[in-house]
Amino acid sequence: MNAIILSALWGVLMMYTGFATKNTRTVSVVALLGVLAVLVVNWMEYLGVSFFNIDTKGMLAYNGFGLIFNTVVLFSTLVYFLLSGREIEKAGKTPSDLYALIFFILSGISIIAGFKSLLMLFIGIEIISIPLYVLAGSDKSNLKSNEAALKYFLMGSFSTGIMLMGIAFLYGDAGTFYLEGINAGLGALTPMKAIGMVLLLASMSFKVSAAPFHFWTPDVYDGTPTVFTSFMATIVKAAGFFAFLKLFETAFGKFQADWQVLMAVVATLTLVIGNITAVFQQSVKRMLSYSSIAQAGFMLLGVFAMNIFAKQGMILYFAAYSVATIGIFAVLSKFKDHSIDAFNGFAKKHPLVAFSMLICILSLAGIPLTAGFFAKYYMLLAVIKDGNFIWLAIVAILCAAVSVYYYFRVVQAMYFKDPSNEEEIEFSPSFRFILLGVAIIILVLGIHPDYLTGLL
Amino acid sequence: MPVIPINYYIFLSLALFTIGIVGVLTRRNAIIIFMCIELMLNAVNVLLVAFSKMHHVAAFALDRATTAGTEAQLFVFFIMVVAAAEVTVGLAIIVMLYRNIHSVDINFLNRLKH
Repeated sequence: MNAIILSALWGVLMMYTGFATKNTRTVSVVALLGVLAVLVVNWMEYLGVSFFNIDTKGMLAYNGFGLIFNTVVLFSTLVYFLLSGREIEKAGKTPSDLYALIFFILSGISIIAGFKSLLMLFIGIEIISIPLYVLAGSDKSNLKSNEAALKYFLMGSFSTGIMLMGIAFLYGDAGTFYLEGINAGLGALTPMKAIGMVLLLASMSFKVSAAPFHFWTPDVYDGTPTVFTSFMATIVKAAGFFAFLKLFETAFGKFQADWQVLMAVVATLTLVIGNITAVFQQSVKRMLSYSSIAQAGFMLLGVFAMNIFAKQGMILYFAAYSVATIGIFAVLSKFKDHSIDAFNGFAKKHPLVAFSMLICILSLAGIPLTAGFFAKYYMLLAVIKDGNFIWLAIVAILCAAVSVYYYFRVVQAMYFKDPSNEEEIEFSPSFRFILLGVAIIILVLGIHPDYLTGLL
Repeated sequence: MPVIPINYYIFLSLALFTIGIVGVLTRRNAIIIFMCIELMLNAVNVLLVAFSKMHHVAAFALDRATTAGTEAQLFVFFIMVVAAAEVTVGLAIIVMLYRNIHSVDINFLNRLKH
């Protein structure tokens, strides 16, 4: 509750900061302080200090899992602000508005972290989505950004419509919007509940860009200004997955045997399509958007298995994936040319940045000693412990092997090719050290995943 | 007073919803697609109000002071508010697109793939 209210208020404050000062640096500092403050109050709530006691009739309630998730997301946002602050300042005429929108999204994510009712699920998802449509189109004179915004908007509201239909059917069956109320009663799956469940599965798959509902993702991620793609592909996607997991655990936990087949099909399709298509991409930005579909396939395994390993793995996956992807995107957003060739000989020019980026890429590929390895390990463990669909784990391992190929093309370009790119890119010392800090976090989590999973 | 069975409402709402989906998938004009999305949301509103009444009548027979069914009507208000927020952002995006290309045809979107 602390995080929802503070981030919404800070969003309003950010808008006024735009009136108070024309110095974009000051605006960034205020935003940084804001996300730090939200992170602290969220952590205080985890420790049991709540500043607001609002009676939500049980529609919002936070448990350890939700608060840890929120902390991971807020920490990733902090890293994002530190690394990409300069780019946000350049993205529009008034960066204060863009920061304000990001804070409103954080408020929506905090609602998602604690929803107990379908009403809050709907409100949370919409509070996340509507500011994102604006961020996608923030580069107003760029046609690609316009197209991305329109496409994202149409697809997003379409999937909202499907989600609402699902919610209406669930209400018709159960007579309540509370997740526990839907799970209560007899064990049988009535036709109305089944329709509602499938519609919700489809719309949540839309939101997290799982196949076969992934087709909007590459276009939207490619067209959106790179700074905001980074935010969309990491933090917002993590929120979507958290909502997915929590919804299916709390509302449909009893019917797991019924929906597991569907989820297994969706996860397999997402893994295969995401990884195979990523192999053929020439642009790093587009490759990363397909890789985000592929990583979504892995995260779906957690939603599929839904045991304690899945929950621990999800938290670790959110942290590993978000931080690594934010790091790569932060470097990428300094480039004008987004093709893989642009990275030729990058390691010779900027050894420290290239090394940090290497760690991020290794983590995404799931190489041991990085956080990504344990994230994938926990997901596979969850599927194997679940025991129903062992072949899913085999498909996932094969797909992870494919993913190494396209991630390593970037590494190969950075380390083993001669510089061909004339573009001079400046990295400030603070940027280099923060990126190195990101790499160190990934390595520490890769050796001691229990620092994070032990919190649950 | 004769009571209309709930099935009629479900069929009405599903028909409206399907018209909306077909419109979104087949039309090429951004504004019309947008109208079809609104139709989908309003189909949900009809269904929620009908279910609300259904649950209310069932609970009213047992307890005359019941508040069962009110939450769905509240939900409808939330849907309306969110739909309004979506309209503001959506129309702004469409106007932005129109200023740049003087058209609201979404075939234009295919350009992104190249």
